[in-house]
Amino acid sequence: MSTLEIKDLHASVNGTDILKGLSLSVPKGEVHAIMGPNGSGKSTLAKVMAGHQDYEVGSGDVLLDGYSLLEMDVDERARAGLFLAFQYPAEIPGVSNANFLRAARQARLPDGEEIDAVAFYQEMYEKMAKLGMDKKFTGRSVNEGFSGGEKKRNEVLQMMMLEPKYAVLDETDSGLDIDALKIVAEGVNAMRSEERGFLVITHYQRLLEYIVPDHVHVLNEGRIIRSGPKELALELEEKGYDWLKEGELVKS
Amino acid sequence: MSTDSNSGNMIEIDREKANFHYDVEYKHDAGMGLSEDTIDYISNVKGEDKWITDFRKKALSVFHEKKMPTHWASEDLNSINFDEIRYYLSAGEAPKRSWDDVPNEMKETFERLGIPEKERKFLAGVEAQFDSEAAYSNIKDAVAEQGVIFVNSSEGLAEHADIFRKWFGKVIPTGDNKFSALNSAVFSGGSFIYVPPGVKVKHPLQAYFRINAEQFGQFERTLIIVDEGAELTYMEGCTAPKFETTTLHSAVVELVAMKDAKIQYITVQNWSANVFNLVTKRGLAHENAEVRWIDCNIGSRLTMKYPGVVMKGEGARGEVISIALANDGQHQDTGAKMIHAADNTTSNVVSKSISVGEGRSTYRGQVHIPKHLKGCKNNTECDALLINSKSRTDTYPAITVRGNKHSTQHEASVSQVSEEQIFYMKQRGLSEAEAMSLSVNGFVNDLVREFPMEYSVELKRLIELEMEGSVG
Ligand SMILES: Nc1ncnc2c1ncn2[C@@H]1O[C@H](COP(=O)(O)OP(=O)(O)OP(=O)(O)O)[C@@H](O)[C@H]1O
Ligand SMILES: [Mg+2]
Repeated sequence: MSTLEIKDLHASVNGTDILKGLSLSVPKGEVHAIMGPNGSGKSTLAKVMAGHQDYEVGSGDVLLDGYSLLEMDVDERARAGLFLAFQYPAEIPGVSNANFLRAARQARLPDGEEIDAVAFYQEMYEKMAKLGMDKKFTGRSVNEGFSGGEKKRNEVLQMMMLEPKYAVLDETDSGLDIDALKIVAEGVNAMRSEERGFLVITHYQRLLEYIVPDHVHVLNEGRIIRSGPKELALELEEKGYDWLKEGELVKS
Repeated sequence: MSTDSNSGNMIEIDREKANFHYDVEYKHDAGMGLSEDTIDYISNVKGEDKWITDFRKKALSVFHEKKMPTHWASEDLNSINFDEIRYYLSAGEAPKRSWDDVPNEMKETFERLGIPEKERKFLAGVEAQFDSEAAYSNIKDAVAEQGVIFVNSSEGLAEHADIFRKWFGKVIPTGDNKFSALNSAVFSGGSFIYVPPGVKVKHPLQAYFRINAEQFGQFERTLIIVDEGAELTYMEGCTAPKFETTTLHSAVVELVAMKDAKIQYITVQNWSANVFNLVTKRGLAHENAEVRWIDCNIGSRLTMKYPGVVMKGEGARGEVISIALANDGQHQDTGAKMIHAADNTTSNVVSKSISVGEGRSTYRGQVHIPKHLKGCKNNTECDALLINSKSRTDTYPAITVRGNKHSTQHEASVSQVSEEQIFYMKQRGLSEAEAMSLSVNGFVNDLVREFPMEYSVELKRLIELEMEGSVG
């Protein structure tokens, strides 16, 4: 049961259906990519999995290693091992990056157990160095005044520090310059393991050259209309989405 | 009206540290309600001179004459029933210098609140008041040997009448407001401190005010005089258990900083949600003297408190740094009063309020710089943080500056902890309460740094507890 499994998921926002029977299964150890036109429901899927209050789940289920996430509160899902790198990360004024990460790590410890501050800082500095992040970011408020690319790096830093079972990366590549893209991809690749699954949402085949996916899925109007090997991404880059929309639900 | 259940029998404990109370045998109880008899009772128990009894009775008539200030303040003041409050409760014993001599229930109360431990670690002296009177009062020998006086107000009146009388009621006259009049009528407990010229008291003196009884009013009176070139830090902590009925806390605190003196007065109050906390605090700063109020208001049903500084001597400085946290059903009506009465005086006000749920925060500021002065400066900064949309915050800064030889600055901001921010933090594994306290602690962090280390840790913890309570 080591999978993140989305089963016939229907979800709506303010009465409008966005996800219309979406099924997808990401086993641990694999990287799956989701591509799809603007507004097709990619971020919605990510937020529904994470438990955002604006979205209502009509039917279907999301199972993390066999346990339904839908019954859990947002923070329980996170502590159960689900991580979402946001397309648009929130800014948290007044809360330093270091304190935030520390609190997030502390929240995963049993009651009465205290984080080892020295080891924590050491680990954080090492991981920041890998991502090419200056130490000064530890003292700055979470994402406040960060450039687009800095925010994305910060999301990846959080993922590296929290070591989730499953990570959903929502357009983590957008806003990154070419060098940053490589650095972030290396960070993700270093985390790939038999113990972890990834769902990578992107518009660009370029990211998938660095983070090579096991499968590529195409999302359109709230449904997966095509799934295929990594080469599918190349084909999409060349031809766009229209050829798929016409022949919907064709599996290759 | 002492109760007949077992002494030391604990009635209620909650996850909150301060929410417990003991059944105590009170030897002296002025009974319910307020009249001249109440005053005679108090004066008699204390063995006071006639001038004090007269002072009290005059204050009582001022209290009766003055209207509730509901034309500008909360209507909720009208829910105080002055006939259903007990104005004086004590065990009839002099404050002890050793914790071993303090009656058991009182000793246990203060131990549970961590007072003796703090005293050992970092305080120069402690006074611990239980309902109307101090149960414990001690100053470290090294500090007493420097001539520092630290006693309760009754002892101050009895033993140091000359200096006490010189300043008593001079910084805050009886008729300053309805509640200063009430305090002047029935005051009991509180500290009297005198620091001789040039003595810099290194460690803080601490007072702890504990309300234990139900349907009770605590009216401590504090007078602190720091003589020329001397320095003092004073800290007060306040708690009460949760009762069904309302409780009243109405203190008067007067500070006098002589030439070149410095006083820092720090308050961390954590009242339970049924306490009306109506306190008048003001300092008088002589030439080049400095008075700083650091005020942290957590809890209570309604707090009205506007610490002030009258800068009477040239070059005097006044400062108010305040944090107010209003949770569901609470109203923090706080602010500052800066009266410039000499040239080249400087005042600084930094106020941060947090409103959670239906909690309400109000800031009222008053800065007064008259026309005939020159070179006065004021900086006022008030920031409000709202956690969820039902919260409410109002700011009433009144800055009266006459003449053009002054500089004033005023900044105000309101920010929100949005659902998106909470969602983000929860997605990283923080509970809603943890997310909120992280935001709140972040918001007040720069002010918390002004507190001594031991207190800043406690303050953070208090905020966490308060946030846990607010999400249920
Ligand atoms: N809170 C909301 N209120 C109203 N409409 C919403 C809300 N959230 C999403 N939608 C709508 O749902 C649809 C799917 O949006 P979503 O953000 O999931 O798209 P996406 O596939 O991530 O697009 P992009 O590639 O542009 O990031 C869009 O039409 C969007 O306008
Ligand atoms: Mg999106």
